[in-house]
Amino acid sequence: MSASTRPAHDAATEEYQPVFTGKALEQLRDILTRYPTKQGALLPALWLVQQQCGWISDRNMTEVAAVLGLTPAYVKGVVTFYTMYHQHPVGKNFVQVCTTSPCNICGAEDVVKALLEATGAKELGATSPDGSWTVIEVECLGACGFATPVLINDDFIESVSPEKVPELVRKYR
Amino acid sequence: MGYPHKPHSKETVVLSKHFGDPEARSYKGWTKRGGYEAWQQAQTMAPTAITDTVKESGLRGRGGAGFPTGLKWSFMPKEKKKPHYLCVNADESEPGTFKDREIMRWTPHALLEGTAIAMRAIQAEVAYIYIRGEFTEPYAIMERALAEANAAGAFGGLKIHLHRGAGAYICGEETALMNSIEGKRGNPRIKPPFPAAFGVFGLPTTINNVETLAAVPHILKNGAAWYKAMTLSNPKSTGTKLFSVCGHVQRPGNYEVTMGFPLKDLLYELCGGVRPGRTLKACIPGGSSVPILNREETESCLLDYEGAVEQGTMLGSGGVIVFDDTADMVYQIMRLARFYAHESCAQCTQCREGTAWTTKILERILAGQGKTADLDLLLDLSENMTGKTICVLSDSCAAPVVSGIKRFKNEFEDYIAGRRRPVMVA
Repeated sequence: MSASTRPAHDAATEEYQPVFTGKALEQLRDILTRYPTKQGALLPALWLVQQQCGWISDRNMTEVAAVLGLTPAYVKGVVTFYTMYHQHPVGKNFVQVCTTSPCNICGAEDVVKALLEATGAKELGATSPDGSWTVIEVECLGACGFATPVLINDDFIESVSPEKVPELVRKYR
Repeated sequence: MGYPHKPHSKETVVLSKHFGDPEARSYKGWTKRGGYEAWQQAQTMAPTAITDTVKESGLRGRGGAGFPTGLKWSFMPKEKKKPHYLCVNADESEPGTFKDREIMRWTPHALLEGTAIAMRAIQAEVAYIYIRGEFTEPYAIMERALAEANAAGAFGGLKIHLHRGAGAYICGEETALMNSIEGKRGNPRIKPPFPAAFGVFGLPTTINNVETLAAVPHILKNGAAWYKAMTLSNPKSTGTKLFSVCGHVQRPGNYEVTMGFPLKDLLYELCGGVRPGRTLKACIPGGSSVPILNREETESCLLDYEGAVEQGTMLGSGGVIVFDDTADMVYQIMRLARFYAHESCAQCTQCREGTAWTTKILERILAGQGKTADLDLLLDLSENMTGKTICVLSDSCAAPVVSGIKRFKNEFEDYIAGRRRPVMVA
């Protein structure tokens, strides 16, 4: 993502809205009962943050750290390890296309091209000017017999071909 | 059943019997199909009796390593002094493999039932099913099935939890998986200590693959002898196995066959062969981490643990990737190396540096800037990446590179000598 398209975020002047209040706090309390340590709830807690905020900011990490009795640096270490946690805002529709060998030999790179074109995202990892789309290449999505699988937000779509892309993009627009 | 295709007469349908049948997903639908009978039976058995039955059946781990399941269970402390845990590995991420996804999508209760039985066998009260983050649909289906089974009081005091991964191939490695459950980076741990002594949260733990556990109810219900009799070649490989076939075949999908089934028949008969007018060039029979076979080896390979080894490869996870004569092997091996470079946890130098350099050298060759010495360099790198690290990710990167250079050397040489037009930009 180029600097110009990256939305301003995490400005210290903005008042921070905690994630773990109300329903999210209840969910977290339930999650905590599943693990013998508070730290065990870290991955699910980060998922809750991402579901609510769309991405995980440094201030979110600080909040998660406080809630689970960890340090912000430790939480950041975990966030940066896992590729599915977003460390910056992404488009309203986040598109992950598998391009590992089995899908690759079935034409996955053409699907990527078609998606970049149809969504206006143009460049891998960049967000379209209207903020609607971010397209990334990912490694094996575990549906190799259904090449090419594409994950749009939480929707797992099998057997996408370049021809099917315009229709698919229209559906999410 | 060759989901998404009609079952083939040569398949032995056990695990996949209800694939494609949405009614089998519900608790009611599952019990109507004989589900949870094995769990009832297990509750009347002593834990050691369950373990002995599974041992006797010859069931081996379906995640890739092929370790005898009953034997693994027997490593857990007999006398329980601390809590015991079961971890279910549903982090299916090995390129070419998509069988566990289908088990969870269509028969979530088969996995839950196998999980409950394994928990009794190893005396665990808590199990975590670690589902990769990208498997949104299987997660939702498993969540619903678990809620239904819990509402019906199916598991008594046993607690089964789902744990969602967040995008890391390495978390399919058992010790990385345990670290990930603990809320840590998914770095593999040095063994020993082994999980049965020091597992998740430092307590005795067993880790089993989804397909392994889904087979357990059938073994209890039909008996170890029934399972053991399902073998077409080597008696050390028993039962049925799901093979996920993808790439250049007419009918990709999951196929369930008896151990020892010829790979040739799987590809040419069950999957309908390669596309019309094309010929088979290469095949990776056990997920991307195992050596690549050429056509002759593919056609002689028997699908069991020993048969694969005989051809110089491994059965692995049963993810069969097929390449026809249009495939650029150098490019595809580069894609695999790039996969491992991307997925390396970067803990061990040989892996962090080795996977990255392997990818760079392959990219250089594909850009028309390769040197003759590059092939030896790749082999040298691969040697230093094999058997030198905490886990086998690095070895897995070396496998397609070494076997690829051995079997398709001419394709590498064509790029290096300029006989083939570069397909990448340096």
